[in-house]
Amino acid sequence: MIEVRDLTVRFGPSTAVRHVSFSVAAGESFGLVGESGSGKSTILRTIMGLHPGWSGTISVNGLSPEKTPRRELARVVQMVFQDPYASLHPRYAIGHQIAEPMRINGIADAGARTAEMLDLVGLSTSFQFRYPHELSGGQRQRVAIARALALSPRILLLDEPTSALDVSIQAEILNLLNRLRREMNLTFVIVSHDLAVVSYMCERLMVMQNAEAVETLTRAQLRAGEITSSYTRALVGAA
Amino acid sequence: MSTLAHIENLRVAFRTDEGSLREVVRGVSFTLGREKLGIVGESGSGKSITGRSLLGVLPPYAQMTADRLTFGNIDLLRASPKLRRSLRGGRMGMILQDPKFSLNPVMRIGEQIVEAIRIGDRRIGGRLARQRALQTLEAVHIREPERVARLYPHELSGGMGQRVMIAMMVVREPDLLIADEPTSALDVTVRTQVLSILDELVTRRGMGLIFISHDLNLVAKFCDRVLVMYAGAIVETLEASRLREAKHPYTQGLLSCLPTINGSLDPLPVLKREGSWAEPVR
Repeated sequence: MIEVRDLTVRFGPSTAVRHVSFSVAAGESFGLVGESGSGKSTILRTIMGLHPGWSGTISVNGLSPEKTPRRELARVVQMVFQDPYASLHPRYAIGHQIAEPMRINGIADAGARTAEMLDLVGLSTSFQFRYPHELSGGQRQRVAIARALALSPRILLLDEPTSALDVSIQAEILNLLNRLRREMNLTFVIVSHDLAVVSYMCERLMVMQNAEAVETLTRAQLRAGEITSSYTRALVGAA
Repeated sequence: MSTLAHIENLRVAFRTDEGSLREVVRGVSFTLGREKLGIVGESGSGKSITGRSLLGVLPPYAQMTADRLTFGNIDLLRASPKLRRSLRGGRMGMILQDPKFSLNPVMRIGEQIVEAIRIGDRRIGGRLARQRALQTLEAVHIREPERVARLYPHELSGGMGQRVMIAMMVVREPDLLIADEPTSALDVTVRTQVLSILDELVTRRGMGLIFISHDLNLVAKFCDRVLVMYAGAIVETLEASRLREAKHPYTQGLLSCLPTINGSLDPLPVLKREGSWAEPVR
């Protein structure tokens, strides 16, 4: 579903991602773990076509992000950001925001589908008339997930989807994401600094440090302590 | 253990748009010794407002009452604004979550620490103050203090910024430090460093620390005692090492909804809130 080969991303003189390769199978949930500045979010943004200066190859369901028109790419892959306060438009009603990608892509019946999307993420249809400031953090993240799913993509890229939320709300959102992945046969790439979240959500994970991939593990290897790098061991110890 | 602060029946209310009063802290009582006291709870549980009440930095429109609010032998309820101001930064300090918003963006790090020193004691000469600023930066494990002192806040990483904040607070050697989510913005490895600095200050200087956090595991590992707050009231007080033996369903719920590296892959238990948890206190 996702193939990344020898990806290098540069910002001026600094290199944010250096020679990173990984692949994610259809229906799989893949975790990217590492500290801030290790390059994990940059990888997601590059897959979405949000960064120009990169080298290597990226294939998303057979599409290349630099050659595919934005609308077409948006129907395959969507992103959910860490901070639902920042990723929703403060002056648009919730229903308007969820319907926006459908309107842009000329999908008929956006209104009815918006109600459907709200229901899917566990919010009542009356939420479409509310504004982001009237919602709690967890409800806002549900809206961001509904908007990401509005175009029925095959892949969700989730950048720290629960780190701005309280632990009790985190559990609700993680359960929701797992249910959606199962029901809609979605592929996930989840960026997180929290190994416990990744171990719970992902079948495989890649650990990153200083723009490079340190190692790739299966969940079973992580749980059995079959870890080769001392850096991963330190992360596990601090968790 | 000598008592450093004593709070009895603290209540803080804000006026709502409709004009009614909404209590966000509802009858909180506790004493603090020279220890690491954790306050945990979700956002909106009143943990930060409790810390701010003690420091005296609530917004002017907040309505605060308490039966007792003392710091050492000072009655904070009767203390003049001037006295309270002199306590802040001197005998009481506060560290906030995000150093980006707490440091002056257009002033070099070294100058900010020197300013903090000289506000406390104007008799200290410039040269001596600069020397002490460098020593403090070194004490919070900043490797090249002379270079860092010349930097502006935007040139620091999050972890360095947080250590600079701690340096600014501890340079005056406060008796009480309130740390409000001091490590939430930091990576795990930097977090460990920052915590060990705070720990050192408590043990070596006999400081009292109020550590406000939403992270139960962290508080269980780091603190001596934990207050669990829900909807503005303390629902449970525990020895940190015995957090797992919590009795209150809210604390138990918070603990069980956390995923763990080796935990089950079944859906996570979700906190079911009971109306009775938020009943009026006493």
